[in-house]
Amino acid sequence: MLRRYSVHLILAVTGGAIITMAYQEYLSLYVMSVLMFIGVNIILSTSLNLVNGYMGEFSCGHAGFMCVGAYVSSLLGVWLFAKDKVFGTAVLNPDYALYAFPFILLAGGVAAALAGLLVAIPSYKTRGDYLAIITIAANFIIISTIENIGAIGGSRGFMGMKRLINSMEDIVDLPWMPIWVFIFTVLCVWVIRRYVSSTFGKGVSAISQDEVAAEIMSVNTNKIKTITFMLSSGLAGIAGGLFAYILGYVNPGSFNIMKSTEVLVMVYLGGMGSLSGSVLSAILFTLLLEAFRFIIPVINDFAHQIHIISPDYDISQVWRWVLIPLLLIILMQFRPEGIMGNRELGDIFPRLKKFYRFK
Amino acid sequence: MQTQPKTNDAPVMEIRGLTQNFGGLKAVSDFSVKLGKNELSGLIGPNGAGKTTVFNLVSGFYQPSEGEILIGGVPTAGLKPHKVTSLGVGRTFQNIRLWNDMTVLDNICVAQHSQLNYGFFHSAIRSKHYLQREKEITEKAAELLNVFDLMKYADDFPKNLPYGTQRKLEIARALSSHPKLLLLDEPAAGLNSADAHDLIRLIRWIHETFDVTIWMIEHHMDVMMQLCTQIKVIDFGETIAEGSAEHVRNHPAVMTAYLGDENI
Ligand SMILES: Nc1ncnc2c1ncn2[C@@H]1O[C@H](COP(=O)(O)OP(=O)(O)OP(=O)(O)O)[C@@H](O)[C@H]1O
Ligand SMILES: [Mg+2]
Repeated sequence: MLRRYSVHLILAVTGGAIITMAYQEYLSLYVMSVLMFIGVNIILSTSLNLVNGYMGEFSCGHAGFMCVGAYVSSLLGVWLFAKDKVFGTAVLNPDYALYAFPFILLAGGVAAALAGLLVAIPSYKTRGDYLAIITIAANFIIISTIENIGAIGGSRGFMGMKRLINSMEDIVDLPWMPIWVFIFTVLCVWVIRRYVSSTFGKGVSAISQDEVAAEIMSVNTNKIKTITFMLSSGLAGIAGGLFAYILGYVNPGSFNIMKSTEVLVMVYLGGMGSLSGSVLSAILFTLLLEAFRFIIPVINDFAHQIHIISPDYDISQVWRWVLIPLLLIILMQFRPEGIMGNRELGDIFPRLKKFYRFK
Repeated sequence: MQTQPKTNDAPVMEIRGLTQNFGGLKAVSDFSVKLGKNELSGLIGPNGAGKTTVFNLVSGFYQPSEGEILIGGVPTAGLKPHKVTSLGVGRTFQNIRLWNDMTVLDNICVAQHSQLNYGFFHSAIRSKHYLQREKEITEKAAELLNVFDLMKYADDFPKNLPYGTQRKLEIARALSSHPKLLLLDEPAAGLNSADAHDLIRLIRWIHETFDVTIWMIEHHMDVMMQLCTQIKVIDFGETIAEGSAEHVRNHPAVMTAYLGDENI
């Protein structure tokens, strides 16, 4: 009994605690935003792991799909529920924004899933390196298309989403963004877990291990690839929607290849084909990125004190992007299988399995 | 939509005038055969004769340059391999192709993909139907493993099993969708003589126990002599002899084709 519901319980307590603290304003806005980005990053890394880990493909354009989701849900939300200089007055009464919001996010997800076809269809015939190049191309196509649509701000970006959040909070006074992030993060991990642990979804691993054998042993490989790519990109789209509403602003530049790489780092850090690894690494990675904000000034001061750098030069935050890729090199050298390899928490600590069931 | 077999008494498999060209190479040329219910029949020929190519054509991995293949009366032209499999064809590979990072039990379950009867949404919401089907699939797989005396390896990975056991597992996997036709591509390849002997018994036992037609490729003439009623011999894609094992063995064309081949 306890085993059956322990995961629900832990989730309810964690979620409840975070949301209560947000409500009571115990947590600063900064801490809240870090927590929300952890959620977004969990969705991104688990969904990319589906393709790169479970299916054994190498997608490196995940941020492109995130971008589609971010734009579609932002535009849709603002068009429907907010007064805006692009769309004019709101189409619907902003009082409904709260109820419509999950569907707006899902619409972003559906749009991103459709954009996923850009990769899914070529994947019928193409594998490995060649497909990787197609994913990069897809990333560029998406970003450049949006940059070239002047009506929605082009490369300057698009905003107005904060108004929707305000309308939601006007209806029921709760910290809505943390709530949505929490719900969608849990749902995302749950759906992926269920998919890959079903016999149907194990077709994904069969494809990665021997595609020819999979097809001949009755796995409809094209169908599985389509579903997997669409699910993966759809979830990235939802992450994008959340990301856009957390920031209240989107621009195509934030979804470039750099962002895709960030997600790749999380997947490899956590371990290919390990969901718990991806969750863990998304948390660690987000915290690490933030930690650099504090560590780099300390290093800077120290370096000045011991006079190893010129007094006119400051080590800036840009150095994060030297240190993080460096970390990736070190990781690939010494632990290429990532934190968890392809195992789950329950495989590493079998005794844990007695206390939870996650399906 | 799947076309139903035209008649119930159509042969399990029929091949008419099958030809396959790879560039300038004629790997299979004007090959015809008819296999009835519960037949156990063989296909032999020297290296590179085109035997595996015939199997690959039957399972839909290649589309034939000419000729047609009918499974239970249904033409397979244009069908993808998974569709052909769901018409009732199971097969093994000359070089074992198990899913090595998936447990033995999962290998058997996944090979039932054509009969799952549920899709992504059922798996995501874990509907009653889904849970029921998963239970049935796992039970069926466990039953098959039991029958093959492989249940003790259910949670192991195939790559950690002895070679002979992997061969056996691959045959079990081919049977997991209850095919009407089982294609075995050199099942005794790489086995020592004791294992090969077990394999002969296994195949004979499968033939008696399961309601299945078996068509096998094998280099070991003695294996074929013990098992098959009908044998076809091909060389450079051409059929050079056919008939009973005894007839084929003493056929002059076969002796020439195999001249110097120590396998005969
Ligand atoms: N995909 C392909 N492309 C080009 N040539 C091929 C292809 N597959 C097979 N061949 C050629 O067709 C011929 C028949 O090959 P096949 O594998 O069918 O022989 P086989 O009878 O199974 O031989 P073995 O006893 O060595 O397994 C060979 O000459 C082979 O090189
Ligand atoms: Mg062969």
